[in-house]
Amino acid sequence: MTISSVRERLSARVLRNPTVNLIANLTMRDVTSQYKRTMLGRVWSLINPLATIATFSVIFGLFFGQRIVPGANSGLTNYALFVACGIIPWGFISTGILTGMGALTDNAGLLAKVYFPRHALVVSTVLSLTWTFLTELTMLTIIMAIAGGPRVLLYIPVVLVVVVINAVFVLGIGMVLSVLVVYFRDVRHIWALFTQIWFYASGIVFTIDVVRAGAKTIAEHGYGWIPLLGVFEANPAYQFISAYRALLFDFTFPSPGTWLNIIVSALVALGIGILVFNKYQAQIVEEL
Amino acid sequence: MGDSAISVSGVSKNFRIFSEQNRSLKGAILRGNRTRYEEFWALRDIDLEIPQGKTFGLLGNNGSGKSTLLKCMARILKPNKGEIHHRGRMAAMLEVGSGFHPELTGRENVFLNSAILGMTRAEIERKFDSIVDFAGEAVARSIDQPVKNYSSGMYVRLGFSVSIHVEPDILLVDEVLAVGDMEFQEQCMEKFADLKRDGRTVVVVSHALDQMRTFCDYAAWLDNGQIARLGVANDVISSYIEDEHGARSAAGAGVRFGTGEVVIDRFEVITDRGVNPAQVHSYEPVHIRMHYTAKERIPDPSFIVSIDHVDGQSMWSNHTKDADYLPADVRPGPGSLDVVIPALNFRPGTFYINGSVHSSDGGVLDCLNRSLKMTVIAGDPKESGGLVALGSHFDEMTPERPMKKAKAPGQGPVDLETYVSPHKRGEDRRQRS
Repeated sequence: MTISSVRERLSARVLRNPTVNLIANLTMRDVTSQYKRTMLGRVWSLINPLATIATFSVIFGLFFGQRIVPGANSGLTNYALFVACGIIPWGFISTGILTGMGALTDNAGLLAKVYFPRHALVVSTVLSLTWTFLTELTMLTIIMAIAGGPRVLLYIPVVLVVVVINAVFVLGIGMVLSVLVVYFRDVRHIWALFTQIWFYASGIVFTIDVVRAGAKTIAEHGYGWIPLLGVFEANPAYQFISAYRALLFDFTFPSPGTWLNIIVSALVALGIGILVFNKYQAQIVEEL
Repeated sequence: MGDSAISVSGVSKNFRIFSEQNRSLKGAILRGNRTRYEEFWALRDIDLEIPQGKTFGLLGNNGSGKSTLLKCMARILKPNKGEIHHRGRMAAMLEVGSGFHPELTGRENVFLNSAILGMTRAEIERKFDSIVDFAGEAVARSIDQPVKNYSSGMYVRLGFSVSIHVEPDILLVDEVLAVGDMEFQEQCMEKFADLKRDGRTVVVVSHALDQMRTFCDYAAWLDNGQIARLGVANDVISSYIEDEHGARSAAGAGVRFGTGEVVIDRFEVITDRGVNPAQVHSYEPVHIRMHYTAKERIPDPSFIVSIDHVDGQSMWSNHTKDADYLPADVRPGPGSLDVVIPALNFRPGTFYINGSVHSSDGGVLDCLNRSLKMTVIAGDPKESGGLVALGSHFDEMTPERPMKKAKAPGQGPVDLETYVSPHKRGEDRRQRS
């Protein structure tokens, strides 16, 4: 099947299916209106991660002297690039979930006045952020190719597969939280707090060796029963970032354990998301 | 049952009114999820069949549940009990332009809004030109401008145009008929008529009873979440007006101001059939009696009595000075004054009786507005529209043609002396003072 025939079939679906068309239009709305009336426009979606990368590079790379294992096939040892491969996917996961969570409450007016499949709002929010994420990844891939050689380009199809799995994961959690936040507005604040902890639990600014060392220290003090390393490795965000890092920093395939973790967590998140969403979506309007 | 577009069976809907404003996680945990609330039944056991291809009106006072019922039909709200089934594609117009994004252009918003209303891409592309045409020239000129630059009229026109172009089998409409200027309203009514002609079902919630009368085939009158009456629109609307707006003191006893040397106690509408009948017929002779109590002697007083339409339109007023009715004074104590109206030439509607008493220099001693409502229903001959009833009839057609139906008795100018109300229903109603 050629790409053009896929495109034709896709556009035929969009032409015929109102829900697909709705999601496409809502996504377009989010994408086109996101940076309207800003002078730099879409450039903002690149400035933000760049600023964060610069900050972390100075603090952890320069001040704390964080060392990293050289990239397996790329031989890269640049800490800034290491952070970049973590911070950009992390940005997608955290803002994706946060925005997905607000998809229903932010569109309360619309939900109260028109009937349409409610999941379209969450799906389109995640899709529009996926689009932003893809532009950032494109930029990152180009930088990695310049720094580490063109071999990274071979992994682009695999990166896309990981992005799809990642989007499914974000969508699933977003669907659960979007309903939950309708009933309990506190969830948004709890989530903001949790995200801060989650950030450090996902190994974005340091390698797993740091955690390993930490686990050893607490074991020496008799707290070896705390599964610090186990929890860290079970964290899907860490595994997603490991996958991106394997592909973009090390220029290798992610490990089977990583694949297993991300696929299972994406499917579980989506499963719970659909379950919760379907159970509550009909009642949410009166709670908004 | 078989040819119903929408069938509503045993539908009840309640809302929980929480005693605490903020529902927080803390509260839920502390109270073990047994949040305190009161239940409010917006709809109770509604059974309704809306026939295909007909226009159906829902009416009732504010809070009667008509909009809730419409939202349940639209699937926006989910009933607690009962089921609603519909056949064919359904679209709801509860607010025009919902989902317009101010930063996007008119064109982008048409595509977005159409998608929200359930159109496919192919459909939108096919209808796009017609949507823009319908919205008018001003909108067409700025279709590639962000809609935040649109005037409110343009915004509404474009929103309405998109909604109406969904061309659903069932259209649910809530109070949106009253948008835009006269020309656009006419355009909208035409479009609704088109929908009706195409055999599409329309369900309307409105307070514009006159519009509903001409527009709807059937209607349901909701009262406190239950169906008070169901049937042919004209009958339902008439009985709604009679029962809900019978002459009675307005809530809060009206608006009063003045220095208070004289106090207007109340007004009465008096006809041959008694004091404050449930409704007055067009052309009926009426006395309006103003009861007042003076605290002191008022030399050279003047009185004004006026009638306003509930919409605020002033219908009529009379001033004792203009009428050359010049009492020397008002004695302390109770008293009353009648205004004699030989024929109340108002078209059906609801009106407020207002009045005031003035001192010799024109100062307001007391003014009592909106304390009494008067409902006028059609008299004989019936006329079609407007605010005034002229007792007209058609005649003198040339060249003379045979008439298909014999002239109904009573048609022609009314003889006020022998006038007898064709509506006997009001007579057995209580006399309220």
